[in-house]
Amino acid sequence: MPNLNDAKVILEAKKLEAWFGDFHAVKGITVDYREKTINAIIGPSGCGKSTYLRCLNRIHEEIEGARTAGEVLLEGKNIYDKKVDVVDVRRRIGMVFQKPNPFPSMSILDNVVIGLRLQGISKRSTLLETAEVCLRKAALWDEVKDKLNSLGTSLSGGQQQRLCIARALAVNPPVLLMDEPTSALDPIATAKIEELMNEIKKEYTVIIVTHNMQQAARISDFTSFFVYGNMIEHGLSADIFTNPKEKQTEDYISGRFG
Amino acid sequence: MIKLKSKTQDALLFYVLRTISLVVIALLLGIIFVLIQAAWPAIKAGGLTFLFSKEWNPVEDRYGALPFIFGTLVTSLVALLIATPVSVLIALFITEYLPKSISRIVALLVEMVAAIPSIVFGLWGVFYLAPFVKKVLAPLLKTHLGFLPLFQGPSFGIGILTAALILSIMIVPTISSICRSIFELVPAHQKEASYALGSTKYEMIKLAILSPSVSGISSAVVLGLGRALGETMAVTMLIGNSPVISSSLFSPAATMASVMANEYADANTPLHISSLCYLALLLFLITFLSNLFARTIVKSFSKG
Repeated sequence: MPNLNDAKVILEAKKLEAWFGDFHAVKGITVDYREKTINAIIGPSGCGKSTYLRCLNRIHEEIEGARTAGEVLLEGKNIYDKKVDVVDVRRRIGMVFQKPNPFPSMSILDNVVIGLRLQGISKRSTLLETAEVCLRKAALWDEVKDKLNSLGTSLSGGQQQRLCIARALAVNPPVLLMDEPTSALDPIATAKIEELMNEIKKEYTVIIVTHNMQQAARISDFTSFFVYGNMIEHGLSADIFTNPKEKQTEDYISGRFG
Repeated sequence: MIKLKSKTQDALLFYVLRTISLVVIALLLGIIFVLIQAAWPAIKAGGLTFLFSKEWNPVEDRYGALPFIFGTLVTSLVALLIATPVSVLIALFITEYLPKSISRIVALLVEMVAAIPSIVFGLWGVFYLAPFVKKVLAPLLKTHLGFLPLFQGPSFGIGILTAALILSIMIVPTISSICRSIFELVPAHQKEASYALGSTKYEMIKLAILSPSVSGISSAVVLGLGRALGETMAVTMLIGNSPVISSSLFSPAATMASVMANEYADANTPLHISSLCYLALLLFLITFLSNLFARTIVKSFSKG
């Protein structure tokens, strides 16, 4: 196995801070993410994990009263630079949410290719081709290939979440953010998503917030531990879960705290 | 004083509530019955040709409803064409662009427009809107769109266009407040799903807000239509009250409601009175059907 620490850095946070009004939710996070790795963020509820994640594709700022400071570098370029188009940032840093959220008025097919349509791609053969590729990557193709025109919301919760993964992959973002993607799903649906993440990792860099420590240990290469907006520890998952450097991390993963 | 046992109290409450509800339903049926009874001579005399006859001539005691059906439908449709986009845009501006603290005030102000009495709209229309249409709007439309039959002929300020404009102002609060509550129902995660795919705000609005709201917006529009069809006072003051059918929006016309308001006091032949009641029955039927239609649209859309 190649040394993960030698892989190219694709995304970096530098002194990243975030607020909701007066509430300081994320406090000066500096960390880098290597290409084609899975990076888990764990920590107790309300510790700013999701807010931090939402700063990485600038979706945090869509909330009234939300504010950020610091930098996020995607392939060396600061996405918070005033000259950068936020729309382009979000195309290159995809996101899957906690609750499966396919567009309710759209078919399965339309849900997958909507990102391409937004970019002005309308050639039907291209759309169909991308849809198949992405649905295969999301391990959903075999289940939906005969009903691509049914509503996305007619699928089960787990299938809807895989549809949302396919939708995010369709615009081919080098980085994919996942905000507790399995917390609303049953164990079987969760296992399917964990399985497909191992495939996705071959092409994409994944940053995943999870409440489920076993999940983080199972799937991730790197893990960050957050408490109250601070990053207590970041390192190889193998180290964090077997030999954490910080007392707080050890207490948390052994279940004594959080 | 003897305290009633709770059982007796409950029974009493039930009877009172039931009686009140039944009285309201009985009133509805009673009004329909009286309308049919009063309209019966006209129905017997004119039958369905009443609906298609263009002549309304109290002097010779001949009555046809077509000019009024035409006037009612045209003013209402033009009003909807103007009011629908305006209302949707207002609702979007309030829900998506204004900070919460200000949006409540703006929403309240828009809804206050609905509290303005019809007669006040009518007076404002006569003194300000009609001259504006005559001097500014009609010449402008004639210069730019004069090739359309809709915008030909002289404008006296009073006519279909002016009535439709006042109607559109009157129904904007209705349509926009329903649209606003529909847009507020769109979950934040739908908007975020759209943003996360690289939507601009405009694309997010189309994708996450407007497209799932089509059925809601249609029901809002039909409720606005219901208000426009029956609106009487302001329209009567601004439409010119002449039972003609013209292709020009500048032309005066009359609506079913306006002819009833104008003529009920002076109607002296039994057939004249009966014909007005026939019109009333028709207006009731049209609003009833439009409501029914609205419900079916909403149902078919919500089924997907």
